[in-house]
This record gives sequence, C-alpha cells and structure tokens, in this order.
Amino acid sequence: MTTPSNIADGCAAPDQSAPLPASVDLEKETVITGIVSNAEGEAVGGAYVRLLDSSGEFTAEVVTSPEGVFRFFAAPGSWTLRALSRAGNGDLAVDATRGVNEVALAVAAA
Amino acid sequence: MSRDSALVSADWAEKNLDTPGVVFVEVDEDTTAYDGGHIPGAVKLDWKTDLQDPVRRDFVNQEQFSALLSEKGISNDDVVVLYGGNNNWFAAYAYWYFKLYGHEQVKLIDGGRKKWELDARTYTKDVPSRAKTSYQASAPDLSIRAFRDEVVQAIGVKNLVDVRSPDEFAGRLLAPAHLPQEQSQRGGHIPTAISVPWSKAANEDGTFKSDEELKKIYGDAGLDGSKDTIAYCRIGERSSHTWFVLRELLGQENVKNYDGSWTEYGSLIGVPIALGDEPGKA
Repeated sequence: MTTPSNIADGCAAPDQSAPLPASVDLEKETVITGIVSNAEGEAVGGAYVRLLDSSGEFTAEVVTSPEGVFRFFAAPGSWTLRALSRAGNGDLAVDATRGVNEVALAVAAA
Repeated sequence: MSRDSALVSADWAEKNLDTPGVVFVEVDEDTTAYDGGHIPGAVKLDWKTDLQDPVRRDFVNQEQFSALLSEKGISNDDVVVLYGGNNNWFAAYAYWYFKLYGHEQVKLIDGGRKKWELDARTYTKDVPSRAKTSYQASAPDLSIRAFRDEVVQAIGVKNLVDVRSPDEFAGRLLAPAHLPQEQSQRGGHIPTAISVPWSKAANEDGTFKSDEELKKIYGDAGLDGSKDTIAYCRIGERSSHTWFVLRELLGQENVKNYDGSWTEYGSLIGVPIALGDEPGKA
C-alpha cells in the first residue's frame, strides 16, 4: 500500500482539510471527523482538538483547518473530543463505529 | 540540567526576539504551519527533509548536521531556542539532536506553538535571512541514544518507559489516532515497559507540569530512580519529549531515547512482545 504524501510516516497531523486518502480502507478504519464552530455557528480554524479515550486519557491531537475541520483515525468505542481555541473550549462524547463518524463540536468562552 | 537552563516561557521568548546571539527555531513535520505564520525572526527546520537522512533509515550525521546549521546561519555559541507544534514533540526531538551533537546552549519554549497561539501572541510570515556560518558539530553523544540490541538487553533490567497512548501500548492501535492505522508491524509493547503516556507530563495548553507533579507521575508509575532509563514511542519524537522531562527538567542521569522506537522494535524478528495493559514479564 502506498502512503499518501500528506501523511508521511511521522506523527504530525495530516492536512485536516484534505479529503480522505484513497488508500484509507473504510471497511477497517474508524474515522471520527467534524467541524469546530463557535456560539454563532461560525467555523473555528486553528482550534486544538484532542481525542481522549474512555478513561479520559489523551490519545491524539490535531489543529483544525481554516474551515474548522478535524479528523481522527480511532477504533470503535467511546471517546471524548475536547477543543481548545481562542474562541473558547468545548467537549463532546462520541460512540464511534467502524466507518466515518461525523460530529459537530461547539466551543464557547467560559 | 534543570528547568531554569532548559526551558523558557513564552513571555521570555517574546522579550528576547531581538536579543543578539539568540536564535529561534521552529521545528515541525508539517512545515505549512511555519509558512502560515511563525514567531518573528524564527528559522524553520523540517523534521523530515532537514533532520532525516534522505537515503539511509537514520537521522542526519555529524557532517550533515554541521552543514544544515551552517546553512541556517546558526553558530556554535548561539543560544538556540526551539519550539513547534504537536505539543513540542518535534522541537523536543530537535533539542535531543542539538544535545547529541554537542550544542552548548539550547532551550525549549514551554507550550510551543499552541501556547503562543492560545495567548494570541504575534506571528509573522516574514522569513529571516541569516548569514551562513561554519558550524562544527561534535561527535554524537551516544550516552543519550539507545539502539535496538541495548533495548532488548534492557528488558527486566533497566527502566523502559513506553510513552505512547494506552491503546498503542496495549496493541489496540498501531499509530496515534490522527494517522491511519495501516502499519504492518505488530502491535503491543516491549515486555516490562511501564506505560506513562507523554501527555501525562504536559498541561492541556502544552506547557510542562511542575517538577513536583512530574516526580509523582513517574514515581507512581514505578520508575526506579536507581536504574538507567530508556524511553521510546513509535518514531522517537514523543519519547524525546519524555527524555527532555526526565533528564533536562528532573535532572535524572542515564536517560536514553530509543529513536528506532516501535516502528523498529515491532518489526524485528524474534523479539518478545507483550500485549494488554500490563507491563508483562521478562
């Protein structure tokens, strides 16, 4: 299998606004993706979104694209998304299943 | 080594942007972050194209590192201040390189890009031009780098610290969850390794926790202060973050980073692997 050029073999985040690479097998992958938006419903780019496992432990973190998009490759099960941004913070619980799981994550100033 | 000599705050960085002899360096794998805006005056290092050998599976050697820093306009007596995205993973990795090649004064900005951005501090797209230098790297200090044979021999003998996420440690995920889970190597961890995810050492904004909190975290996890320590992750950058904590912040001696990490170990023929959440037996 070839590795898409925007993923490389490191740990940095792939381009979050890019469509899913053709090599990603949705029969096997569990993708959690969505948009971070503020109280006015506007997309928040440059937000830090982290994926926490069912015990609340950090699993991964990405920065949203200018369109507010983020994406994780996880596994089926319970996860929590947490976003930090200049527009405020927010949390969301997700029960992910195999395939693409689309969610909306809102942030607000405390 | 201590927190005062190895770490600077974002405030300190902002006040020293124009200080002669201080060079800011952003290190990332995805350098589009730098291109979109960076700390004024900072030069960029690309983890992949600048710091990895283009042919051999290894990082740049002494001559390549000397040439790279000469090209970037960095001198041996400059104070190098590193920062980056991913909670400073790649900046910590570069810090480890600078130490490995004998650079005297190198520091990390606490919180990296994230703290700088959340604080809404100034960014620029201007790329600085620095006159070339004649940088001379020292021979690599292998007292801070572990290789695979040493890691296999350390099972049940030294502290092995696996700093990946719990699901990677257990073998339920093969890579961090922002990457496709497509690697072909086996999942799991090195038997007898304790699991202390790198993230335990950091606050939510990317800054490091206090020395007291850090000592408690590694002590509670079973790190034996009387033994030598080897930290590893998947490709050696998250474990640089933990290596930085143990050696540079807490001042522990004999801490090595195993940069081959799980991509190498999990592909070796015949070595023992443990599955599940427990360290496992030697």
